[in-house]
Order: sequence, then structure tokens, then C-alpha cells
Amino acid sequence: MSEAKFSKEHEWITLEGEVATIGITKHATEMLGDIVFAELPEKGTNVEKDGTAGVVESTKAASDVYTPISGEVVDINQNIVDDPAKINEDPEGAAWFFKLKIKDASELDSLMNKEEYEKFAKETSS
Amino acid sequence: MNKKTPLYNLHIQHGAKMVEFAGYQMPIQYKSGIIQEHKFTRENAGIFDVSHMGQLFITGSDQLTEDLEKIFPVNLKNLKTNQSKYSFLMNEHGGIYDDLIITKLKDSYLIILNAACKKQDFEIIKKKLDGKYEINLDESLSLIAIQGPKAKDVLGKVVSNINNLKFMNGGEFEYDNSNIYITRSGYTGEDGFEISIDNQKAEKFVDRLINYGAKLIGLGARDTLRLEAGLCLYGNDLDEKTSPIEANLKWAIPKSRVDSNYPGSDIIKKQIDYGVKTLRVGIKPETRVIARGNTKIFDQNDKEIGKVTSGTFGPSVECSIAMGYVENNYSPTNTKIFLEVRGKKVPANVCDLPFYKKNYVKGEKNV
Repeated sequence: MSEAKFSKEHEWITLEGEVATIGITKHATEMLGDIVFAELPEKGTNVEKDGTAGVVESTKAASDVYTPISGEVVDINQNIVDDPAKINEDPEGAAWFFKLKIKDASELDSLMNKEEYEKFAKETSS
Repeated sequence: MNKKTPLYNLHIQHGAKMVEFAGYQMPIQYKSGIIQEHKFTRENAGIFDVSHMGQLFITGSDQLTEDLEKIFPVNLKNLKTNQSKYSFLMNEHGGIYDDLIITKLKDSYLIILNAACKKQDFEIIKKKLDGKYEINLDESLSLIAIQGPKAKDVLGKVVSNINNLKFMNGGEFEYDNSNIYITRSGYTGEDGFEISIDNQKAEKFVDRLINYGAKLIGLGARDTLRLEAGLCLYGNDLDEKTSPIEANLKWAIPKSRVDSNYPGSDIIKKQIDYGVKTLRVGIKPETRVIARGNTKIFDQNDKEIGKVTSGTFGPSVECSIAMGYVENNYSPTNTKIFLEVRGKKVPANVCDLPFYKKNYVKGEKNV
């Protein structure tokens, strides 16, 4: 599995072969607060890089979830739909959102590495 | 520049995330987050800084009681000293300028006003009373609420004899060599108190409550608590175009006042006699989807029949909850309705309020 990459919309992505796993970052969950609702794309649908691919809602507000890469949805994490609080508990681990069969791995090139993302998150939240 | 309450530094010390609310810098939440704060209040004792709310004192004789009855649809003549009533400041069309709590003091009245409305309320009431009475929107006092099943125990360690207070009653109590005014009331559906205290003494007072186990709670949990309790938020669920009858708050207008004069009284009487077109109802979506304010409501035939005014996830009832206005014939409990959220129609049901029910304590002597 590849090292995680990060988007400016606060998603993380890891790649294993041609299947990418995508979720939202710990920093995102801290900004959102307690997450009480999650909506994921349907299996079999195609999503485009930077397009919406889900929704999370905290007690405060709703936020779109974007996909940092294009592909076909091959799996979704039903656990976080059934119990959205899991997203706050382990956002960058067990609480992944969806898996995509990707088309073009070069789409990952524009994303940030962990160090770059941490700097970006710090700058944008202050 | 937004105003700070006397508890501002304490909020910061306790890790509050501050937001602008009605011209004040207020805590939306602390470190533990809205859900934990909500649950703590339901199980323990939560402290709310509500110092941004208006504390309006009007002093006068028996004539004042009569003059206030011309402004508020409440029976003040029968009100005992230290008793409180929920009421409204209304316009000539029966719409609500503000919802408020009015308490009879020895030779004055105390009216608690919403922060965003207090200045306008003050001007309206002052004009109607025509300079006959001393009227003071007192900025030298803070207002602290303590809510939850352990509120009486925690407050009881700081102030003596509060257990004799009955719900919707108040009294003067000794604290730190002076008198503070405490009412047994609140906005959470829990037993609790609201304490009016000198600005200089507020921080120390709250610190003591914290030392006895209570925790500061932000506006975020205040909103989820009140919505579970089915209570209205002015600006969301009530406004100048909505009457108390449409808001399903008819209970707050006593029968003895229905035929007498107050702003909008002719319209209120008509609405009581002939009914209203739209009514506030409780709404439970069938899924976890949250229907926030302004979500459109439809019937089974896709006809638009109203809109949501407040919606959230209820941490104690553990489901999505909302309130809104629907055409009257859709108001019966269990009527199937549909909420349009992000382009999709989510099935929901009209339900009874409150979503969360707990008995208010009526004072130790009566239990």
C-alpha cells in the first residue's frame, strides 16, 4: 500500500494496486465536530476527480465530501453510515469512506504528502 | 467589535471555540464537543452563560400591572410575587417580536429577553409605557443557567435553601454578602435554575459551580437540548410573521385574556375560534438525514406543504429530529410527509413534542 496523500478538501487517499481507499482527515473531523450523519456514493457509480462523492454532517452543519481521484466505486464503508461517530474515533483508519478502482494514477501527483498537508491544514485553520 | 460577557476569560480558559452570536462573542462548544456536553447536561449539571440575554426591570405601582397586561397576553393580576410566566411581545398582526419570561418581583417586574431582540424590545416596551415607569435594561448583571438532574445539588453547595423553589418561581438568595435573584427555570427540558448576579461576581460564582462538578456547556448543545425538549428558538421557529397560535403555543395565552386587549388580540381570538392555516409540529425523519432550517416539506403527492424551521441530531433520543410549519390538515401526529434534502425526498412523520421528556421538579416540598 502506498503512503497516504492528501487533498486541499481534507481527504486522504492510499493506493493498493489500482484500488484507492479514501477518507477524511483527522484535522477535518476536528473542524467539523461530532459527526452524526454520513452519506456515501453507491457501489458501481463513477466519480470524477474533485467531484462530490458524499456528505458528512456534524451537529453544526453539513459538508460535502469530494473525491481526490476519478474512478468506479467498488466498496463503501457501511459501518460509518450506521454509526457516524466512528468517523471521529478513527478517521484515518477504520473509518475510511469508499474504495475506487482508479483510471489514472497520475491524478495523485497533484496531491500533498503528509508533511505538506499538515502545513496546509495549520495555515488554513489559523 | 463584538461584546464580551463577564465570563469571556473563563470560556477561553476552558478551551471554548468562540463564535459571534447576537453581537456577542459566545462559546459554541468546549473541548469535549456538543454531544458530550449535551449528555453531560442530561445526566449531570451543565452551566450556560446566558449573560447576552436581556434583563429588563420595570418598576411601578398596581397601575403598572394593568399597563403591562395591555402589552403582554398574560394574566399578571393573578401572578404571585416571584412567580414567572412564559409570554410574548407581539405586533398588531399577532406576530411575535420576541418570546420571553416575565417574573413578578416585590414592586417591579423582571422580563428576560432574547439577546438579538432585547434592544428593539426595550424601545417598544418603553414607548408603550409612555415614560410612566422606571425601565432599565440592566447591563450590570450577568445571567447564568445551571441545568440537569444534579443542578440542585451543585447549586445547593454554593447557595443555601434553593431546593424550596418551585418550577417557574424565583426568589432572592444570599450569596457572598449580597442578594442574588434565582429562578427555577431553563431551556433544556431538565430541572434547573437561572441566576442573575452582579457582573463582578459572575466568574467566581461559576468557578465554584465548576469546582462542585458542573461543566460549562456551549450554544451548540444548548440548541440540541432545547430542540429535543421541543422548545422554540426565536428567529428560527418564531418570528414577526408567526403568531403564538400558529406556533402551537396557545397554552401560554390564558383563557382569561382571550377576550381582552393586547397587540394582535383580535387576530389571536379569530385564530383560536376559527383555526389557523399552518401549525408548528414535531418532525421525525425516517433515516439519519438531518433536515435543517428552510428544508421544504412535501406531501405524498409532491405538493409543497411547509418548511422546517429547526433540525438537528438529538444526542439523547439518538435520531434526527426537526420542527417546522405545515398546512393545518397535515398537522396530526403520524402524518407522513417528505423532506427535500439535497434534492432527495426523505420520508418523515409528524410527531408529538417534546422528543425528549423528563418531569420538571416542582420543589422538594411537593415531591
